[in-house]
Amino acid sequence: MRETLDQWDFVIAAYAVGIVATLALVAWAWWDMKRAERRREEARRK
Amino acid sequence: MHGFANPKRFLSLARWLTPLLLLSGLVLAGAALAWGLFVVPPDRLMGETVRILFLHVPTAWLGMGGWTAIAIASGVYLVWRHPLADLAARAAAVPGMVFTAVCLATGSIWGRPTWGTWWVWDGRLTSMLVLLFLYFGYIALAQAVAREGGSSRIPAIFGLVGAINIPIINRSVVWWNSLHQPPSITAGKSAIDAEFLVPLLIAVLGFTLIFGGVVLARMRALLGDIQAEARLRRKASEAA
Repeated sequence: MRETLDQWDFVIAAYAVGIVATLALVAWAWWDMKRAERRREEARRK
Repeated sequence: MHGFANPKRFLSLARWLTPLLLLSGLVLAGAALAWGLFVVPPDRLMGETVRILFLHVPTAWLGMGGWTAIAIASGVYLVWRHPLADLAARAAAVPGMVFTAVCLATGSIWGRPTWGTWWVWDGRLTSMLVLLFLYFGYIALAQAVAREGGSSRIPAIFGLVGAINIPIINRSVVWWNSLHQPPSITAGKSAIDAEFLVPLLIAVLGFTLIFGGVVLARMRALLGDIQAEARLRRKASEAA
C-alpha cells in the first residue's frame, strides 16, 4: 500500500528545527559573551 | 591582519562588529527563509519539499566552513602562536557543530518524502555524520585542555588532521553512488533556476553573517573568561 505524505509537514518540521537551533545558538552566544565580559569587569574592580 | 592579533584591537573591532553581523544576518536569513517558504513556487520533481533547500544548503556550507575555519586558525596558531588564532578555532567549533547537526536533521527530514527513507549509509551522509563526531571530539578536547591546563597544540593538531574529511564530503557524491544529488553549484556555474538561486544565495549570505557574529561573540566570551581568571590569579598571588 502506498502511503500519502503531506509535504508541508516535512517543510514545517525542517524550518522549525533550523530556526529554533539558530535562534538558540545566537541567544546562547550573546548571553555567554555578556556573562564573561561582566566577569572580567568584576575581576578588574576587585 | 597581524595588528588585530592584539586582544585590545580585536575587542575594539569586535564590539561593534558582533551585533552588526548578528542583526544583519538574522534579517537576511529571515527574509530568505520567508521568500523560500511563501514566494518560491513548488519544484516540478520535489514539490513543496524544495523549500527545505534554503535551510539545508546554508547549514551544510557552514558545517564544512566551520571546520575549514578551525583548520586555518589552528594552522595559524601552530605556525605563529597567535593566542587569538587558538581562540578563533575554539570559537568556530560550537556554531559549526550546530549547523552540521541542523544540516543532518533537515537532510533527513527532506529524505523521507523524496527518497522514501530518513537515512542511508552513503558517502555524503556518512562523511557529514563523521564531521559531526569530529566536532564533538574537538569540543571535548579543547574543553579538557582549557580545564586541565594542557597544550593548545593538541586540539590544533586535531583540527588540522580532521580537515581531511572536508574534501571527502565535497567529492563524496562524485566518487561514490549516492541518493544525494551531485553538486548543483560549481565554480562559475549553476544548475539551479534563478527563481531558487537568488533566495538561496541570500540565505547563504545571511547564515554566514550569523556564523561570523556567533564566532566573534564566542571569541569575546573565551577572552573575557581568560582575562578574568588571569586577573584573579594575579590578585591572589599578590595577596599571598
